[in-house]
Amino acid sequence: MRSTGMILAALVFAAPLAAQDLRGPDAFNSIEEKTERSKALFNEMAKVITHPRCMNCHPVGNLPTQGDDMRPHNPPVVRWDESGFGPPGLHCTSCHGAENVEFVGNEGSIPGHEPWHLPPVSMGWVGLTVGEICAQLKDPERNGDRTLADIQEHNATDGLVGWAWHPGKGRTPAPGSQEVFGALTKSWIETGAACPE
Amino acid sequence: MVNFTLNAQAVEIDVAEDTPLLWVLRDKLGLTGTKFGCGIAQCGACTVHVDGQARRSCVTPVSSLEGSDVTTIEGLAASAGLDEGALHPVQSAWIEAQAPQCGYCQSGQIMQAAALLSESPEPTDEEINAGMAGNLCRCMAYVRIRKAIKIAAASQSEGTK
Repeated sequence: MRSTGMILAALVFAAPLAAQDLRGPDAFNSIEEKTERSKALFNEMAKVITHPRCMNCHPVGNLPTQGDDMRPHNPPVVRWDESGFGPPGLHCTSCHGAENVEFVGNEGSIPGHEPWHLPPVSMGWVGLTVGEICAQLKDPERNGDRTLADIQEHNATDGLVGWAWHPGKGRTPAPGSQEVFGALTKSWIETGAACPE
Repeated sequence: MVNFTLNAQAVEIDVAEDTPLLWVLRDKLGLTGTKFGCGIAQCGACTVHVDGQARRSCVTPVSSLEGSDVTTIEGLAASAGLDEGALHPVQSAWIEAQAPQCGYCQSGQIMQAAALLSESPEPTDEEINAGMAGNLCRCMAYVRIRKAIKIAAASQSEGTK
């Protein structure tokens, strides 16, 4: 019995950190002041937003990065235009298919989703503070003309966002789950969508 | 079982679903013009066209090709409507520019260049740099490759006038 308990404990503690360290909205109920709670909720969302799974494809320039260490993307592809599908002849789909594909005869995998592309440059996040990212997300001029409701739906249901939790062999998933990320977004909006300083 | 069109011919392939297209082309069908370079989409040597777009065959599971139209270097000229034995304008330009050195990467380079030219018939240097960025040449024949692309663009432009 004792050994079974130890095994279960070992399994719990061996679970990927990422699956454990995104707190849901309820964890912030003790913050009474609404704006402060909203800011805290966004800071929790930022654990996902600033994760390499998201930041790699949100460069402020034209060059994406890759891997948990956010090294320059190889081959050295470029966004090219606002659609973000790459230059003439070399679209993201030249390598990235509709699903993650494990390499045959090599370690690792190539990520995939339909569609696979970079967001417009106005949605670049690399190098920005959490507060600056928050302001960008709320600004229709820079967020693809999305309302807060659109952002909530995007974070909660978009397939490419959801890929961050299913990134394939060789990549650390974003913290938590898309369900929790969507719930955090919803609570952040309901508390006034305040941005951290 | 996967069914797709390969160089204008219907093919039916019975292999494991995750088998890369490159394996099927070379080992199953004997089409060895498409080369294995890295196996991880880093070099471009295995480039083919899928539905007219450049695709790295080493990371393309054959199961993803159901109903697709695949063209390899062996079928490039015919895909442009040219007779058997004729060369595609990009292939002719490659000869005119004497682009290859060892030649290993060249079928991938040619397929990538043809994809570039199909979208941008008169590409700028910037477009060539960006569109060919995923094709490595260990002989550093990039200057001649660029020259060949420009020759092909001029040739195709003349052909359409």
